[in-house]
Amino acid sequence: MSYLEYTVRQTPTGARKLLYFNWPLIVLIVAVGCVGFLMLYSVAGGSWTPWAIAQMQRFALGMTLMFIVALTPIWFWRNTAGVAYLASLILLVVVEIIGDVGGGSQRWIDLGFMRLQPSEMAKITVVMLLAAYYDWLPPEKVSRPFWIIVPLVFILLPVLLVLRQPDLGTSLLIIMGGGIMLWFAGVHWAYFAGVIATGCATIYAVFATRGTPRQILSDYQMDRIDTFLDPSADPLGDGYHITQSKIALGSGGWTGRGYMQGTQSQLNFLPEKHTDFIFTTLAEEFGFVGAISLLALYGLIIAFCVVSAMRMRDRFASLVTLGIAATFFLYFAVNMGMVMGLLPVVGVPLPLVSYGGSAMLVLLVAFGVVQSAHIHRAR
Amino acid sequence: MKRPTTDPHVNERKIGRRAFVFGAAQLGILGVLGYRMRELQIKQADQYRLLADENRINIRLIPPARGRIFDRNGLTLADNEPNYRITIVRDNAGDVEEVLHRLSRIVTLTPEQISEALETVQTSSPFVPVTILDRLTWDDIAEVSANAPALPGITADLGLSRYYPVGNDFAHVVGYVGRVTSYHLSRIDDNDPVLRIPDFQIGLTGVEVKEEKPLRGKAGTRRIEVNARGRMMRELDRVEAIKGDDIQLTVDTGLQNFVQARLAGEAASAIVMDVETGDLLAVGSAPTFDPNLFVRGISTSDYNALLNDKYRPFRSKAIQDIYPPGSTFKMITALAAFEDGQVDLNETVRCVGHKEVADVRFHCWKRAGHGNVNLHKSLKESCDVYYYDLALRVGIDKIAEMARKFGIGVRHDIPMSAVARGLAPDKAWKREVREEDWRIGDTVNASIGQGYVLSSPLHLAVMTARLASGRAVEPRLVKSRNGVEVPIAGNAPIDVNPNTLEAIRKSMYAVCNTRGGTAYASRTTVQDFRMAGKTGTSQVRRITAAERARGVTRNEDLPWERRDHALWVNYAPYDNPKYAVAVIVEHGGGGSKAAAPIGRDITLRALYGRTPPLEAYPSRAQASARATLRRMEPLLRDFDTQAALDADKT
Repeated sequence: MSYLEYTVRQTPTGARKLLYFNWPLIVLIVAVGCVGFLMLYSVAGGSWTPWAIAQMQRFALGMTLMFIVALTPIWFWRNTAGVAYLASLILLVVVEIIGDVGGGSQRWIDLGFMRLQPSEMAKITVVMLLAAYYDWLPPEKVSRPFWIIVPLVFILLPVLLVLRQPDLGTSLLIIMGGGIMLWFAGVHWAYFAGVIATGCATIYAVFATRGTPRQILSDYQMDRIDTFLDPSADPLGDGYHITQSKIALGSGGWTGRGYMQGTQSQLNFLPEKHTDFIFTTLAEEFGFVGAISLLALYGLIIAFCVVSAMRMRDRFASLVTLGIAATFFLYFAVNMGMVMGLLPVVGVPLPLVSYGGSAMLVLLVAFGVVQSAHIHRAR
Repeated sequence: MKRPTTDPHVNERKIGRRAFVFGAAQLGILGVLGYRMRELQIKQADQYRLLADENRINIRLIPPARGRIFDRNGLTLADNEPNYRITIVRDNAGDVEEVLHRLSRIVTLTPEQISEALETVQTSSPFVPVTILDRLTWDDIAEVSANAPALPGITADLGLSRYYPVGNDFAHVVGYVGRVTSYHLSRIDDNDPVLRIPDFQIGLTGVEVKEEKPLRGKAGTRRIEVNARGRMMRELDRVEAIKGDDIQLTVDTGLQNFVQARLAGEAASAIVMDVETGDLLAVGSAPTFDPNLFVRGISTSDYNALLNDKYRPFRSKAIQDIYPPGSTFKMITALAAFEDGQVDLNETVRCVGHKEVADVRFHCWKRAGHGNVNLHKSLKESCDVYYYDLALRVGIDKIAEMARKFGIGVRHDIPMSAVARGLAPDKAWKREVREEDWRIGDTVNASIGQGYVLSSPLHLAVMTARLASGRAVEPRLVKSRNGVEVPIAGNAPIDVNPNTLEAIRKSMYAVCNTRGGTAYASRTTVQDFRMAGKTGTSQVRRITAAERARGVTRNEDLPWERRDHALWVNYAPYDNPKYAVAVIVEHGGGGSKAAAPIGRDITLRALYGRTPPLEAYPSRAQASARATLRRMEPLLRDFDTQAALDADKT
């Protein structure tokens, strides 16, 4: 489709755009956000400070940005995808040079009112760039090797920068998010089979080189893998997080121990209880019912995005919507898998719930793009 | 930008298919997540709930208050006193060294105490309070509390500590407590969790250790919720500790005080026993020490001084040390001979100062001999040859049997540390233990309580009580536990001819009350308080023939540790026996000079129930009695006033 096909006749303009928002999706997002505020209030021991208030302010800021982005025509976002990608690459380089160090890695740029984490931005800008790329690329060329090398470079540039921080979790999310974009774009399935085979070989190589001078991952990463494989081997050291996390989840039972009654989180047995492990507090205090409900909310968000994407005729719009939904999915699936002991602890926040500005703002802006695609689709 | 040439619908379908596959994969993953949640939260919920509780709940023990110990009149012998102490919790203190340094400016804290506290703090858990100082005054505590902001991690709290109000007098009987150490834990088979409370006090000697179980009580528990760092958040519930049982002893504090004062200066011991009930009214041993020193932590130099004292203050001589009973054993030899029917009560034996047995000459203490001697004279004047003769006729096994009947060579069951068994030797014993045959000379020695015969003052007191009452009285030290009376054990009549017993009692009366009796000088003049007794002198060295030829060296001329032991037993009043008394003065010389006066003073004190008046003494003894009582005065305490004060308190 061309710009011309987005005619005034077909797409809403001005204040009428508000009527064409994907309102159910907004309701779902606000609902998940509120779950986050409740949990942050609880883990602070029944206090709005230090986390819940700050989170609400950022959420408000994020929602505002979402509306602005949503009201901006989707073709503007296609045209700026490259700029956004370049900006996030530059920020990643900047963080490499002047970034704040925290938790053993260099991830943040202090902006004064918040600490920006460019790697979170990169997750979305890669998706946008790939959507724009495949919108531009004629479909018959999609599976040709050269035209596959190009998007791989787009993916690997930020990945390499993020890996240097080092932040394995985010790197893997970017790779997976990018990979899923290639899948949506219709790259031949044989490539994916090849990558999966290579992945297996890499895992083998990681373990095979362990302890040799050519060790691929750093020691702390190897330790995390060990811990994941057998958390009980070191319940007070590296396995502590995952063991306590599982205790918290399990002790929740059907209906949980009651709001603000979770002993694991209230007595600080849980690590990172306001960020990556916030789901355990929810599961401890609201039990299986609460945990499944949150999972359902997330599932509905994905479903609304996918349904919306299916109704779009614009390739960029549907690809970017699907890509953002996939990234969102990766966020919570990896986080939940991590706290439930299904995946190694890699430091991925629970989207829209975990305390943390960058991830939340980036996600809300991304949902703004999804809304924009929804509003400005050809009818 | 270039327009795509393909049909948009084809493109849409392709994306749709791929999205469908992706959606299916997502659903699958959501299913896995949901299944995992169900697994953790429903299937294994109980197990994880348990783990969560284990995480958060700690059980802290509440130490029970130790049972108190009273004397027979309800005077307190062992009590618990509040103990203000300062503890430190490493986690709260931060820089422990700096905090201790600041603390040392407020209360006296020696560099050694600081380094000791530092070491303990470093080796224990960061959340466990470690005691730095205890037994502080209220002023110190107030000062520390006022400076609390500058002393993070320091807490002033109140515990209980053992206190012995009468101090020295009951050091051996009541004993003392001390902090439980890993050494104690390894030696006693006791898994009472209360022992793991830091600084918990357990009995180490005397009644304190022997009655440890009832005294200790039961620990209470406090279930507290802790956070991940182990800091207490709140108390969930508590079960109060159960206080230990109070124990009442049979001893009389006033009498014990008198006995200790009377023995002071000697290495001596004395026992006063009720002849009817067996109640031990006083178990004295000198020198003694202050048990409170051990509770508070005795200094090495003080400890070594006590340990190296040649008078052995740590020994409870009245029950732990055994001596040859000497002539106090003669009643047993006589009883054995008469009971056996070998010797008639009125038979006389000629004493020429010695007797030849198997080519060995055994001497009487009186070189010139006593002439014709019957039972009465033999006891009164303590003739030895008479008993050589009796023993040779009755044989050692009969004598040993009689000795055991009267409580010698038997371990009496009283709750004090290391109660000695003593020894009533017989042929079987010598063969088994010494792997030698019994020789006739052994019998001769044993007949006058020398040689292998060994007894403690407790044995002698039991013997005397049994002679007086004719019943198998057993010593009793614990009168009641927690208000429940301990039954008086074994009071069956002893199977001996009452006439024989009566003859012996009469002779013992003569010892004290007939001119020429070995203890005539130590008699009492009050008709109702007449004593019946027997002196004893037991040799600790061998007198060679050469020495005997030039004249036996007098005790006063020998070094202390080679002098004879002085012994004395008696009961009183003669016609209505109440108390049996046994006295041993180590290396005191002759029994009649060194031990009998002590026995007399103690008997009078027991009978009067107060310091005896001088009228009770024969006029010739009054001067020395006055001197003795005056010398004792600083050590005597007025327990009537004390009792009145105690009664007021309660």
